[in-house]
Amino acid sequence: MPSLLIRGGRIVDPSQSLDATGDVLIRDGRVVAIGAAAVSESDAAGADEVIDAEGMIITPGLVDMHVHLREPGREEDETIETGAAAAIAGGFTSVACIPNTEPPIDTQGAVEFIHQKAARADACNVFVVACVSRDRAGKELAEIGQLVEAGAVAFTDDGSPVYDAELMRRAFEYCRMFDKPILAHEEVLELSHGGVMHEGLVSLALGLPGMPAAAEEVMIGRDIALAEVTGGRLHVMHLSTAGGVALVRRAKAQGIAVTAEATPHHFTLTDECLRQFDSNYKMSPPLRTAADVEAILDGLVDGTIDCIATDHAPHAIEKKMLELDRAPFGILGLETAVGLSITRLIVPGRLDWPRLVDAMSTLPSRILGIDRGTLAVGAVGDVTIIDPNLTWEVDASTFRSKSVNSPFHGWQLTGRAVATIVGGRVKFRLHEAAAAS
Amino acid sequence: MTASDHAFAEVPQSWTHRHLLDLERLSADDITLLLDTAAAFKQATNGCRTKLTALAGSTVVNLFFESSTRTKTSFALAARRLGADVVDFSAAGSSLSKGESFIDTAKNLEAMGVDAVVVRHQTPGTPHLLTEHLGVGVINAGDGPHEHPTQGLLDIFSIREQLGSLEGLTVGLVGDIAHSRTARSNLWGLTKLGAKVILCGPPTLVSQRWQELGVEVSHDLDTILPRCHVLNLLRIQFERQNTPPFPSVREYAHLYAMDKRRLRRARSDLVILAPGPINRGVEVTADVADCPQSLILNQVTNGLAVRMAALWLTCGPRAGEPTPSSQPAGASA
Repeated sequence: MPSLLIRGGRIVDPSQSLDATGDVLIRDGRVVAIGAAAVSESDAAGADEVIDAEGMIITPGLVDMHVHLREPGREEDETIETGAAAAIAGGFTSVACIPNTEPPIDTQGAVEFIHQKAARADACNVFVVACVSRDRAGKELAEIGQLVEAGAVAFTDDGSPVYDAELMRRAFEYCRMFDKPILAHEEVLELSHGGVMHEGLVSLALGLPGMPAAAEEVMIGRDIALAEVTGGRLHVMHLSTAGGVALVRRAKAQGIAVTAEATPHHFTLTDECLRQFDSNYKMSPPLRTAADVEAILDGLVDGTIDCIATDHAPHAIEKKMLELDRAPFGILGLETAVGLSITRLIVPGRLDWPRLVDAMSTLPSRILGIDRGTLAVGAVGDVTIIDPNLTWEVDASTFRSKSVNSPFHGWQLTGRAVATIVGGRVKFRLHEAAAAS
Repeated sequence: MTASDHAFAEVPQSWTHRHLLDLERLSADDITLLLDTAAAFKQATNGCRTKLTALAGSTVVNLFFESSTRTKTSFALAARRLGADVVDFSAAGSSLSKGESFIDTAKNLEAMGVDAVVVRHQTPGTPHLLTEHLGVGVINAGDGPHEHPTQGLLDIFSIREQLGSLEGLTVGLVGDIAHSRTARSNLWGLTKLGAKVILCGPPTLVSQRWQELGVEVSHDLDTILPRCHVLNLLRIQFERQNTPPFPSVREYAHLYAMDKRRLRRARSDLVILAPGPINRGVEVTADVADCPQSLILNQVTNGLAVRMAALWLTCGPRAGEPTPSSQPAGASA
């Protein structure tokens, strides 16, 4: 297998507390040398391919632990192939796909199907999150041990909460045996029933049915209590409310095994956007208030929120071009996450680069227990190269995703992945992509 | 063309809107222009009884995705009073039941050459979305619990006709504020014209959050009653509730129904409005609904005048633009 040399970039790898200008040499799919003056002249001369990364940020390949690839069952929205293509175009070398497909991913065969489709797509790594409950029906546990053997890295019924509290308790207890986290969609359905947006002053004025913050917070509270009593690992998905951030912060202080993610849209947009009645702003959990956005940002800064995940949720255009109450929940994320994170977090100085890379690579890898998120010698050669200063305009018509449901179309962003390297092979280069289109 | 038609030869240039979607985003001047135009139409048609030719050659479609009798009839009559043709489209039995999207339905109607679309829909914002897909004027005839601008205007028109001005009046909106588009349109229109608004009903139907918009919230009708110049009694929309907002109709009527006993405690010149359909015995007792202070039937007549104004301002001829009737047959809009 050929060798790849990435030269002269700023290497940010929080897994080894590294933030320095230097080179990365990958051979046979693995990192063989990293750092300033770590690559000998003879090795450099012998490299099959060289990428000049001067002025660029070199990070361990980014990991999005919350992606809906829709296949099998809803190939009109996304396929594993188009989703993986969107991932590498957005700078992600790995995604974890969520099992609310049709049928849901609750058997070994279904996990193998995803792995085979991902291998055929040959773009990014696709890790499988499988169902907590059989048929995602919330009645009885799926065959979690079998699913672990097939390669499932975590469990979730996302799209829905695990509604039965006893089943959730059993799931926490049972998953301890495999040291796997439960990724929890936190929602009390009776409180959010029929809602299309955050319940607040804007929903009141627009007459739109609301989803109160309490619907999320009550369920987070329940799951923290269950994680505590069982010793299980709770990962709170798409945290969106100030109250939820406070609950997670307190649980962490108490030593309960809880982690959390936030999405770029929840740290960027507010419920005011719904005044346009555009269903691209409709997602679950909904866009909250400016105070909630500030709380999410604070949570990212102090580490209450471990990581950034997109909840990439493609929907075909005809499904979104409906009345607000009939349109489905969901927003694209893979191809705008890096730009939004840099624009919203790095440029204003809220996060530094090591913390951002931690949130987008190292910590999600650790939560999922996958051997990614590091550029230590011997690690898999997954690398993302980011131009931190590139300003660009989001154009949904150029997305690799099969869908276009992004309210960020037309936005000016700063920072973008310019090369995505998976297992030592360059899978995406922005300038080649731009030249080809 | 009669003499009274000449007064309506061209839409005033101070009206800059293409659509009538909500009152929240109109200015006080816009609302006053609508009310003055409605008053002029009411006078020119002898109380909305005779016909004009102001919109002759135009076609208005009533696109109703939700059932309605009085609003739909009122718009149809208003259009005919202005000389326009009216087409009715209701969702039941249409292509919508075959899975067509509302946007495709509306585009098809537009392609048939209509000049204005009057739309009612159960979902807030649907008229607003239509304006992004259609090239013709859109009038919101009620979008879920969001707004019902012509209802708000006709309520305000009726108050103005009775009491002269809105400035300094206190108007109580009583009942199901949570699900009432009439309440929202009234709230914006009234406050813009200088009236004070009190929202009154149980906390399950009247959120404390309304106070953030500078309106008063009360859960006690008897306390606010002596201060009100106008009461607008809103229907409980049982069909929009997930769970019952109060224990029983009996208990609600006890706390909030406008009856003779309460009427005695109110100002002697109190004006009572109800957007209808009214539930006699729930928000208002029969004797009060039919008492001299009640403008309920005036509201219906004034609805015609307001809708004539809305149609005229939305699709009437503008300076420098061709009128529908002056275009050659088959010309595309």
